Amino acid sequence: MSPAQLLFIALLAGGGILFGRNLMRVRRNILLGRDEDRSNRRAERWAVMARVALGQGKMVVRPVAGLLHIVVYAGFVIINIEVLEIVVDGVFGTHRAFAFLGPAYDLLIGSFEVLALGVWAACAIFLVRRNLIRLRRFVMKELDGWPRTDANLILATEIALMSAFLLMNAADLALQQQQVEHYVQVGAFPVSGPLASLLGLHALAPSTLIAIERTCWWFHIIGIMAFLNYLVVSKHLHILLAFPNTWYSKLEPRTKVAEMPRVADEVRSMLDATVPPPAAAAPRTVAGAEMPERFGARDVFDLTWKNLLDAYTCTECGRCTSECPANLTGKLLSPRKVMMDTRDRLEEVGRAIDVGKGTWKDDGRSLHTRISEEELWACTTCNACTQACPVNIDPVDIIMQMRRYKVMEESSTRPALTGMFNNVENNGAPWAFGPDKRMDWARS
Amino acid sequence: MTDPVRIPTMAELAAAGEAPEVLFWVGCAGAFDDRARRITKAFVRILHAAKVRFAVLGTEESCTGDPARRAGNEFLFQMQAQQNVAVLNGYGVKRIVTACPHCFNTLRNEYPALGGSYEVMHHTQFINALLKEGRIKVEGGDFKGKRITFHDPCYLGRGNGEYEAPREVLLKLDAALVEMKRSRAQGFCCGAGGAQMFKEAEPGDKEVNHERSEEAVATGAQIIAAGCPFCNTMLTDGVKKLQQEGRVQVLDVAELIAGAGEL
Repeated sequence: MSPAQLLFIALLAGGGILFGRNLMRVRRNILLGRDEDRSNRRAERWAVMARVALGQGKMVVRPVAGLLHIVVYAGFVIINIEVLEIVVDGVFGTHRAFAFLGPAYDLLIGSFEVLALGVWAACAIFLVRRNLIRLRRFVMKELDGWPRTDANLILATEIALMSAFLLMNAADLALQQQQVEHYVQVGAFPVSGPLASLLGLHALAPSTLIAIERTCWWFHIIGIMAFLNYLVVSKHLHILLAFPNTWYSKLEPRTKVAEMPRVADEVRSMLDATVPPPAAAAPRTVAGAEMPERFGARDVFDLTWKNLLDAYTCTECGRCTSECPANLTGKLLSPRKVMMDTRDRLEEVGRAIDVGKGTWKDDGRSLHTRISEEELWACTTCNACTQACPVNIDPVDIIMQMRRYKVMEESSTRPALTGMFNNVENNGAPWAFGPDKRMDWARS
Repeated sequence: MTDPVRIPTMAELAAAGEAPEVLFWVGCAGAFDDRARRITKAFVRILHAAKVRFAVLGTEESCTGDPARRAGNEFLFQMQAQQNVAVLNGYGVKRIVTACPHCFNTLRNEYPALGGSYEVMHHTQFINALLKEGRIKVEGGDFKGKRITFHDPCYLGRGNGEYEAPREVLLKLDAALVEMKRSRAQGFCCGAGGAQMFKEAEPGDKEVNHERSEEAVATGAQIIAAGCPFCNTMLTDGVKKLQQEGRVQVLDVAELIAGAGEL
């Protein structure tokens, strides 16, 4: 086995193990959330996943971004067949191991090239949209700093990877044409062919071409392993989590609010003397810390694991915020920021658990440190955000749980809402009209 | 329409050993809000015209708990909901129609978990069925040829996937139905949902209802059709703010049908 093969295998194994560990950490963080059963209605769940994630069904609601995204998505999925060949070549020291496929191979390489060019162009347009056209949802305050850098880094990396792939093929083609040993005459090169001519690669010496070809080959695979591990510190995890996240979508009507069975049981016992009050909930231990039972959400531990999966799945595209009536009329609320804050808080908690070697100590901070009451109370629960989200994230559910915490644990609400509560409690109506006036409309 | 109308209650029917075809859930806005009362009465005229045997709960009706729940007060929601379910089940109610999408959503989606499962219809769905069954007939009337735009209530449209029933009903008016830039699944909220109706808006550049009213007025419609008493209030305020009340009317789908058919 050659040193190059050993190096390759080490790289692959190292990158793979690191990625596995990173993913396990994400999984652990997600499971800090409350339990919730979302394993029912499986046939529907597969159908939603197929339509929304696999089929990109909600992306094309906005045709320009949607179609460009489909190019990048298709490129990502299909070009991975090429990565499989790179892995085989790297491990076994072969060159273009799939060449035996003959005409099918030509078709594959040809389509990879066209897609690679498409991805290259789409990412370039995305960079223009973000940085030159400056679409509102890409220049908002919540993207200042790391989120904006993150987005540009991802696009730049994809452009670099696609460039390396095409340049590799261009050099390979030149080597094939010079009939250099080891470089079998195979493949169709609709993009790198013209590229090779453009760059004048045919005039270069075989040794130079081999250097270019090998550099690009290594760059491509090292780039992919690095990118894989970059996912977990980036918003880009959606390329993986979009699938489970859509599978676990809320299947009930959007405006149905989540149940609180314990409160229902308590009220049932208050209204009916024959129903005993519910037994105290079993204590819940998370990361070595006992979590008190709470009404609503103070911190990430009080949210469900699905809320936390939502947070890791969010790629900060901002379609939610760009349709939010509160945000569009200048209120502080941005559903995207709610998701980013949830994820940032979860990451903060995760790091503290790492430092504490697996145990959590309350740090005096919470979701409410990041998400203000002014944001929570601006929501109209209209569900424009959940409708707009291309991967079925639900910011309204988080907002509702945080409102519940404010109202039921801290008795903190907007003054007029206290009046509304009193009216409902005393009159059975949100206004100060008694039940005896209920039929006045028929007499007026 | 100032004539007092006979409205049977569930209690009266139960005492006579009868059950109605459908329970009309009036809702708090429909019972107490001056503007929404006109919608209630228009819908009752349609029910009468179609000879629907209906009843109301009257003084036994109580808030569904929707605003309490959306404002985070789950205890209060449960108190309301469980007591309402007890009343409804006590009368053996099977079918409910309501002119409020918020009541509709709560009755339809949130009461089953508390033992209250009913066939719940929004009044635009109910009217659409009456028209299809030929129980009422509407042909143009006063609204023939008028430009009408329909504002999707979030709790009917995005919430429960009903976009067509109100539009199908409006088509019976022989009017020109025009769509706003944001409609159906992309419909823009009036600003009242999530208990916002009962509080001041949070600080911002603009009121949500003004934004939506501008969009509705921009269609050139003479009538903004609503299907929710809260949307109705918000859009009426918005149209006033734009000083368009002389040119643009905000009317509920039930008012349009009752008005057109001179029911």
